[in-house]
Amino acid sequence: MLYALLCYNPEEVVYSWTKEEDDAVMARLDVVHQRLLKQGKMGPSLRLLPTTAATTLRKTDPPMVIDGPFAETKEQLLGFYVIDVADLEEALGVARDLAKANPGGAYEIRPLRLFLPGTLPEGVQAG
Amino acid sequence: MNDLTWIDAALTSARPQAIGALLRYFRDLDTAEEAYQDACLRALKAWPENGPPRDPAAWLIMVGRNAALDGVRKKSRQTELPPEETISDVDDVETPMAERLDGSHYRDDILRLMFICCHPDLPPSQQIALALRIVSGLSVRQIAKAFLVGEAAMEQRITRAKARIAKAEVPFETPGPADRAERVAAVARMVYLVFNEGYSSRSGEAEARAPLCDEAIRLARLLLRLFQTEPEIMGLAALLLLQHARADARFDAAGEVVLLDDQDRSLWNRDMIAEGLALIDKALRHRRPGPYQVQAAVAALHARAGRAEDTDWAQIEALYANLEIMQPSPVVTLNRAVAVSKARGPAEALAMIEPLAEPLSGYFYFFGARGAFLLQLGRAREAREAFDQAIALANTASEAAHIRQQLDRLMKDSAAAGS
Repeated sequence: MLYALLCYNPEEVVYSWTKEEDDAVMARLDVVHQRLLKQGKMGPSLRLLPTTAATTLRKTDPPMVIDGPFAETKEQLLGFYVIDVADLEEALGVARDLAKANPGGAYEIRPLRLFLPGTLPEGVQAG
Repeated sequence: MNDLTWIDAALTSARPQAIGALLRYFRDLDTAEEAYQDACLRALKAWPENGPPRDPAAWLIMVGRNAALDGVRKKSRQTELPPEETISDVDDVETPMAERLDGSHYRDDILRLMFICCHPDLPPSQQIALALRIVSGLSVRQIAKAFLVGEAAMEQRITRAKARIAKAEVPFETPGPADRAERVAAVARMVYLVFNEGYSSRSGEAEARAPLCDEAIRLARLLLRLFQTEPEIMGLAALLLLQHARADARFDAAGEVVLLDDQDRSLWNRDMIAEGLALIDKALRHRRPGPYQVQAAVAALHARAGRAEDTDWAQIEALYANLEIMQPSPVVTLNRAVAVSKARGPAEALAMIEPLAEPLSGYFYFFGARGAFLLQLGRAREAREAFDQAIALANTASEAAHIRQQLDRLMKDSAAAGS
């Protein structure tokens, strides 16, 4: 079963981290990533730039372009994972491990309905 | 990350909103800061036990406000201090109220807090120090270190700035659109000053001063979060990110300045460049250009060039020509001339800077650029004169060393020509 783990974090806190703190979090998360990779359970994952870099297109007629994220929330969507696990219990287990590596915020666990891996080459330059 | 690191980050990020709201309640900066400190101490006790509250800023505002009111009551001996538990429980009971109280004021609270640091009576160095102390919450020791001055001197500078602000009239009413735009512009200028204080590091100082650039970027992102649709604020954030992205390449192992053309571009920070490019891209869609956007667009062209020789100098020159119209200044014209020399050759560039000789007669970079143009035109004797003047005006050993390199090359070339 494919699940998306949507990573919600207080953006102001994440962007208060020093480079060292950020690197430390990423290193701890990577331990979990490596395990999932080895088990063949890790799909695409990505980390988003801050919501200040976001633009929203409202599908009105004609569509309206708005600066900023879709919703003003206390915690912001800062990234997501796609994982291939047996069931919700296992997905929650992965989320718990990731949460230990990076406390604060929340993971929304959403089963996937459609998965198209796309054709972007791995390691394509972000930005 | 352990509890304390997380709590520390949460307190830092909640600080501007919390102190901004407390300043509105108490209309006194010292009281607001003390109330916030008090709330932080309680947070350090309560959060590890109860877990962090869902809205740290609201928690700190309520607890800080209560603590300060208790202080007032205690002084007047009217009531006893309430038991600690009632204060720790405030998150569950009073968060909705705190949100109701503060949600609508959030933007103007933070803007006001930033704006009081921009008082026109304060010289730039005091504005910067004050913003770092009050808004960013850096310690006096940290600020002193970044300014390369002693702690006592910095303490005095901040105390003086605060005294001046206490006497000035802080505007507490909610600003109208025109006033708000003016405040945003003043705060943007202050953030830009903070950045430049860190960016204009001399050799060997870069490491001590880098935190100023990081703080400026944090302040710019904060300002942008408050004013998401302001293209100039997008431009400011983009400019700072794109400039700071080069930080690791700007100095060599010995701490000497490495010029843009000679930098190892693989050391540029890709994350910052990506964010900066995204922001300038967003800003330009508004078709309301301004000086920060234009400067960011110049920085973006440098960031996009994989190698120095790929730089789109013609486009950079056009941007500086725009900036010259928006913000006429001899320094902007000088920058434009450098782009002209790269795009269309040194003769035109030299003609462009002739009228600048007087206004920039004490400016190191003017003579450095003039010397370089003359050198390219093969006018060695005049080039040497300009370089000598540049060395006399150099502020730092590495500036002088860079010009000396050019002079050495000149000597070698003329020796070779003579033989």
